[in-house]
Amino acid sequence: MATTLSTGGGTMGAGAAPGAKSMTLGELGLLITAIAMACLWLLITAKAYTPEYAFHAAILALASVASVFAIVNRYMARPAELPAQEIDGKPNYNMGPVKFCTIAAVFWGIAGFTVGLIIALQLAFPALNFDLPWTSFGRMRPLHTSAVIFAFGGNVLIGTSFYVVQRTCRARLAGDLAPWAVVLGYNLFIVIAGTGYLLGITQSKEYAEPEWYADLLLTIIWVTYFLVFLATIMKRAEPHIYVANWFYLGFIVTIAVLHLGNNVTIPVSIFSAKSYIVWGGVQDAMIQWWYGHNAVGFFLTAGFLGIMYYFIPKRAGRPVYSYRLSIIHFWALIFMYIWAGPHHLHYTALPDWAQTLGMAFSIMLWMPSWGGMINGLMTLSGAWDKLRTDPVLRMLVVSVAFYGMSTFEGPLMSIKAVNSLSHYTDWTIGHVHSGALGWVGYVSFGAIYCLVPWLWNRRELYSMRLVNWHFWISTLGIVFYISSMWVAGILQGLMWRAYTSFGFLEHSFIETVEAMHVFYVVRAFGGGLFLAGALIMAWNIYKTIASPETETSIRTTPALVPAE
Amino acid sequence: MSLWNKHAIFEKNSIILVLGVLIVISIGGLVEILPLFYLKSTIEKVEGMRPYTPLELAGRNIYVREGCYNCHSQMIRALRDEVERYGHYSLASESMYDHPFQWGSKRNGPDLARVGNKYSDEWHRRHLENPRSVVPGSIMPGYPWLAKTPLQAETIAQDMKVLAIEGVPYSDAMITNASADLKAQGTDDDAGATALVERYPKAIARAYGDKGKAITEADALIAYMQMLGTLVDFKLYDGKANLR
Repeated sequence: MATTLSTGGGTMGAGAAPGAKSMTLGELGLLITAIAMACLWLLITAKAYTPEYAFHAAILALASVASVFAIVNRYMARPAELPAQEIDGKPNYNMGPVKFCTIAAVFWGIAGFTVGLIIALQLAFPALNFDLPWTSFGRMRPLHTSAVIFAFGGNVLIGTSFYVVQRTCRARLAGDLAPWAVVLGYNLFIVIAGTGYLLGITQSKEYAEPEWYADLLLTIIWVTYFLVFLATIMKRAEPHIYVANWFYLGFIVTIAVLHLGNNVTIPVSIFSAKSYIVWGGVQDAMIQWWYGHNAVGFFLTAGFLGIMYYFIPKRAGRPVYSYRLSIIHFWALIFMYIWAGPHHLHYTALPDWAQTLGMAFSIMLWMPSWGGMINGLMTLSGAWDKLRTDPVLRMLVVSVAFYGMSTFEGPLMSIKAVNSLSHYTDWTIGHVHSGALGWVGYVSFGAIYCLVPWLWNRRELYSMRLVNWHFWISTLGIVFYISSMWVAGILQGLMWRAYTSFGFLEHSFIETVEAMHVFYVVRAFGGGLFLAGALIMAWNIYKTIASPETETSIRTTPALVPAE
Repeated sequence: MSLWNKHAIFEKNSIILVLGVLIVISIGGLVEILPLFYLKSTIEKVEGMRPYTPLELAGRNIYVREGCYNCHSQMIRALRDEVERYGHYSLASESMYDHPFQWGSKRNGPDLARVGNKYSDEWHRRHLENPRSVVPGSIMPGYPWLAKTPLQAETIAQDMKVLAIEGVPYSDAMITNASADLKAQGTDDDAGATALVERYPKAIARAYGDKGKAITEADALIAYMQMLGTLVDFKLYDGKANLR
């Protein structure tokens, strides 16, 4: 059949005779863009106001030159025909970008956890700031948050979404160069953002610190990501779009909207890294937390729920518990999350009605969140025994339990009376980490443990015992982390508002800081355990990939087993 | 045919699914954000508020660069203990010229919304050099390089132009005299100080660092911190003026 050899949409080579090789529109377009970018960034390198920006411009120029080389090199090496969409009637999946993201996720995860451990230690022992600009807490903390959320989480999300969308649509990833542009471009963005913080290039908007040029780069990559994902769904061989893809799509679309809304800036000059956000004061605060809370809601929740809806049923060998619950889960979750931002601004200069709306929707969010948790957990019905034998499945299931716990804690903390105590304290940090380490971390680890043998065609992971070790060491780490932060946060909140019998404030601010020391040490210990667990995972994955390939893929050709 | 089956339209048409998502996620944001650009309480002007002077703006940019918001809030909540500890609760108008806002979300250190005039310049200099020399239990990093780095602010007028486009009321005179104003405020040479105060009421011109030496990053940062929360006179402020 002719279609089996058709070259994806928008190619000039379509229908060309074998041997007559020509560049696709995509290759040509990207090549011209890369050349133009190389010139532009060279010019900026020469004329930049600050050496820090010149450094970034040089990196971007270098990356553009490398892209030119890579595109030409790939074109010279490839056969005239683009990869087939199908081979022997089966989709010819494009797993290269997924493999890249999986490795990148492990790398960035360990980098991000390490920086987290360092800044945790800095809070306990301030000498560790070393009195240097590049290692001070104010610059390192955004590096930690961006590395774990956007570098680790982002690579997990892009990687798994590209895997899941192909499998559940039974279609090869749309585009030829586009998926690679997404994956490599996104990681370039991470490098620019991260090095920028250390050099003092930041907007100082939480979780949106990258400056205007990094934001523009991300915008282009994100739109490409959206198009690749959507185009793959459009050429699906399945009649229905699988539920995991709703969540991925919701995540991609909403993050684009949030990113654009929260980063409307005017650069001082094209030769300056500095820009000023057009929003000011209370409007900026509201837009920032509309963005900030939905970075949680869509990046760290909806996207990872996509992972839950694919990997848990797959690993447990059971269908999703309830189709109707997933419909309610999806629409209720994305509708309500958007409203929750103002709970970051209780008792501030934001109008009361907005605070109350934020609180009300945050409390209501508890319901879809737990609906989703129930849907994930009950998928195990009939397969609960696997929790004893499969530590990967256990990790996935415990992640859903943590999801349930932090989505209970979140609404609780959004209540104004509770928030008056918890806000500005380490309780928030504890809450964030029960979600980040327990939910996002574990569901990602579970997905990576599933993906590596599937992608590299190995029968199983190198060692299940090591997965067990990873699970228990990091679980212990999480317990140390969140319990110390609960106590620290509530203690500090109570100390701030304590009055003597004469009606004076009982504690000076510095007394409340000194009281935190022991908890900061315990927290760093917990974080260290979590990092140790991740290192075990990295070793296990390395050994799995280094092991010899399984001869016949157990996934593509399942052995027939006689009925028992 | 039950209502559940109707959902198939989203499951079979990717564009309809995308449009559905877009509509559903737009509602909350629009309801909560748009009114803030019109409501009296969020756009009121309060007596005393003025844009940052060039030196304060340069100092603020250092505050932003170093990520001070990671540990210091600039938002005093309307709670008894906060008002007693830090001063009058923060008004929306007090951050109206802040691009970006720096309200913060965590207090590893104290709130700074009204830190202005609470400590001497000398205290700030030592505190930035080594926080533990003045506050033994402090966990703040030292910033010794700030006092050693000359302030690079040749392009500050360009910054002010951008802010003017964004609605900060910088006049042409303010932008043209930016460099002179910056110099006048950061040194104890009081030739330009009168013109500075005319343009920026309550601006304080003095040598924030060593007298006779070039203005450093630490000087700019201290100038910024010393004006934080000092512009509105709460003896005159009528908190009920905007109640409806």
